[in-house]
Amino acid sequence: MSLLQIEGLGIDFGGVRAVNDVGFALKPGEIVSVIGPNGAGKTTLFNMISGVYAPARGRVALDGEDVTRMPPHHLARRGLSRTFQNLQIFQSMSVLENAVAGHHLHERGSVFADLFSLPAARRRSRASEESARALLDRVGLGRAAEQEAGSLSYGALKRLEIARALALKPRVLLLDEPAAGCNAVETEEIDHLIAKVAAEGVSILLVEHDMKMVMRISNHIVVLDHGEKIAEGEPAAIARDPRVIEAYLGAQATEAQNADG
Amino acid sequence: MRLSSKTTTLLILAAVIAIAPVFFPSSYYFRVGSLIFVNGLAVTGLVILIGYAGQISLGHAGFAGIGAYACALAPVHLGLHPALAAVLGAALSAAIAFLVGRPILRLKGYYLAVASLGFGILVSMVLSNEAQLTGGPDGMAVPELGLRAVLKAIGIDLSNTEFWYAFSGLVLVIGAWLALNLYHSPTGRALRALHGSEVAARTVGVDVAHYKLVAFVLSAVYASVSGSLLALQNKFITPDVAGFMHSIEMVTMAVLGGAGSVLGAILGAAILTTLPQVLTVFQEYEQLMLGLVMMLVMIFMREGLLPSITRRIRGRAE
Amino acid sequence: MPELLQFLLSGITVGAVYALVALGFTIIYNASDVVNFAQGEFVMLGGMITFFAHAAGLPLPLAALIAIIATAGIGVALNKLAIEPARGAPVVSLIIITIGASIFIRGATQLVFDKQIHRFPAFSGDQPILIGGATILPQSLWVIAGALAVFFCLWLFFTRTLIGRAVLATANNRIAAQLVGINTNYVMTLSFAMSAAIGALAGVLVTPITLTSYDVGLALALKGFAAAMLGGMGNPKGALVGGLLLGILEAMTAGYISSQYKDAAAFVVILAVLFAMPQGLFGRKSTDRV
Ligand SMILES: Nc1ncnc2c1ncn2[C@@H]1O[C@H](COP(=O)(O)OP(=O)(O)OP(=O)(O)O)[C@@H](O)[C@H]1O
Ligand SMILES: [Mg+2]
Repeated sequence: MSLLQIEGLGIDFGGVRAVNDVGFALKPGEIVSVIGPNGAGKTTLFNMISGVYAPARGRVALDGEDVTRMPPHHLARRGLSRTFQNLQIFQSMSVLENAVAGHHLHERGSVFADLFSLPAARRRSRASEESARALLDRVGLGRAAEQEAGSLSYGALKRLEIARALALKPRVLLLDEPAAGCNAVETEEIDHLIAKVAAEGVSILLVEHDMKMVMRISNHIVVLDHGEKIAEGEPAAIARDPRVIEAYLGAQATEAQNADG
Repeated sequence: MRLSSKTTTLLILAAVIAIAPVFFPSSYYFRVGSLIFVNGLAVTGLVILIGYAGQISLGHAGFAGIGAYACALAPVHLGLHPALAAVLGAALSAAIAFLVGRPILRLKGYYLAVASLGFGILVSMVLSNEAQLTGGPDGMAVPELGLRAVLKAIGIDLSNTEFWYAFSGLVLVIGAWLALNLYHSPTGRALRALHGSEVAARTVGVDVAHYKLVAFVLSAVYASVSGSLLALQNKFITPDVAGFMHSIEMVTMAVLGGAGSVLGAILGAAILTTLPQVLTVFQEYEQLMLGLVMMLVMIFMREGLLPSITRRIRGRAE
Repeated sequence: MPELLQFLLSGITVGAVYALVALGFTIIYNASDVVNFAQGEFVMLGGMITFFAHAAGLPLPLAALIAIIATAGIGVALNKLAIEPARGAPVVSLIIITIGASIFIRGATQLVFDKQIHRFPAFSGDQPILIGGATILPQSLWVIAGALAVFFCLWLFFTRTLIGRAVLATANNRIAAQLVGINTNYVMTLSFAMSAAIGALAGVLVTPITLTSYDVGLALALKGFAAAMLGGMGNPKGALVGGLLLGILEAMTAGYISSQYKDAAAFVVILAVLFAMPQGLFGRKSTDRV
């Protein structure tokens, strides 16, 4: 049975159909990639699935439950977590605290205990801090734990967002361009990390422009163009699909023209 | 040693409060000191709201007004002891903050500013218009707390100004301790997270509306207790305590010293409380100087005095 | 009925002043995303400078002109010295800077001039005009006409002139405006000058009715701010309607409920509007991008 089921999802911005009638499914432990040229609507799709935008049409079901238009923090409780293409880091916190903050659902308790720093509150904090350190090690940021988050490089911040998202212990993880701005070595590390997380049974929905990475790790690929799903299938089939090639080449041709003009 | 650590902050604060009287030539200084502590308490509450959670309020003097008038009214009309009246005021402030906060905190930036401002103005208007009850703009008397007499009975004989200096100082230290505990706790992290990025906080499961409300209610209680202390030590209160200018003063103190840090905000309270006392010599220039200080600090030290200064010192040390 | 008409007329007069202050807010807010709490001080300066120039022997129209130009200059100085250096600062800091500026201007006015209450003669005498059983002062007509004229000129400016469109473009997207060659610093300067001049004009028009002194600015700023917010920040039409509504509302509350609570009515309604429509009456709804 599929863990995440999307049907006919769509949203408009000022009359423009940013996403229209998109549907697909995600099974436990599966990696599904959403690809498409710039502005195709990939991030918008993520925003709708994660409850950041309210879709105008369609349905999102998580583990059989209808979660359409449910606010993000309720989705988080049901095990859906994500990263952002445009970084959303807690800038004034340390790297460690960013990762600890990802444990919110596991560490929250009574405000009263927190105010008086009661043993229960301290225990909760300590547990999430330990877990956060392990996660930072896992994404290769263990040694940067005490630094201010704002001082990290772009690639490192991308990994910090992954650590923070993993802190939730999600069942479904949405990654929006996790390898953007990373060098080849970092990209490969992220590649491995994603594969390992999926192997642990977490379903992953991935948006990524690095086609080599997408082809290598995806079980299934969904292609968007102008907000519509134009193709869907296994990586090998997608790579051969004339509509996909057209969408990408078309986009590249326009870009080349823009660069010339 | 890091300045931001909880114990260091508390030690510095307690040491300054305890040692300062050695240099006080007259009881007037005790009086100014206790005013600083009372303001510092309200401002510490605003650190939770502005510094931690990143929300603005231009109406918190309204809660100070509720705390102050609770101490004036409850003893007369309900026969409560003034200390219990202060507790009642705090509870009332918390309840009102809970009711008002929910709709207000959906707003952002300037909209939140004007809504909170409106709330504060409404409170001060009720206080000055319901003259049969509150004495109107002329204010009303507040009964004696009575704690000094108790202390005297057990052998601790303090003058009135000394007592209020020590008592407000103690309450401030407790308030700072709670706020610092909160900073390093799961709740504090949730508040700072939603300050950093609301959308990211929501996706890690933070119920943003709930935590904003927590910060609003807590800061309201701080403001209320501060208002109660002010009323009790002055033994007299006017609606000005709830006025717009008092709200502005509170926010300015917090931001001037550094809303992100408890110690910074208390420093801000100290400076802005002392400034008018110093400037009474140049009475004519008081407003001019106050306005100038507000502008200059905000333009040249955006994070506030203390964070800017420590950053500069650290930068030099490295 | 004449009673209702009377309240309506006085409400519109006061509302026209609020509308002028709100229009001033709107212009600066559009150009710089700053809510200028010193806006009320411009109104105060308009009245005070006119009074002292007139008292020094200048004819009233000349005194008013000088006041408007001098206030525009102060507006420009405010932008150059306090707002531009703080570009990009958080909202709280900007609030404190402009409130600091307002306290500073108040302090300076009290030093340069005095703390007295002043008035200069109405433009067309003090003989009330009778309309359907209610009366209105000729000066009120001046105030209302002033607000409408300013609104109309602004509309022409923003829709018919190149520089007006440049201001709008800057409001929409500062970076894009710079890219197409708009001098956004000039736009800011111009906006502060215009906004201050409009404020001063309001001061000139209303002083014969409400009198002026160094400390009238803050209350006006709060009401104007509320009016701008009621209409929806950044929308000139909203500012005009918000101002008039607020004025009428106050007059009705004062007339039918309690004059003590007339200021309360304004804030109650604003709270209600913001709760129901967080963007104000004419504000646009938008989805925050992430
Ligand atoms: N909040 C919003 N308001 C208005 N338009 C929006 C909003 N969010 C997205 N859009 C529009 O929706 C369309 C899809 O954008 P989206 O960011 O989803 O594309 P994308 O596929 O993620 O592109 P990229 O590969 O560049 O990240 C674009 O035309 C964009 O301008
Ligand atoms: Mg995208």
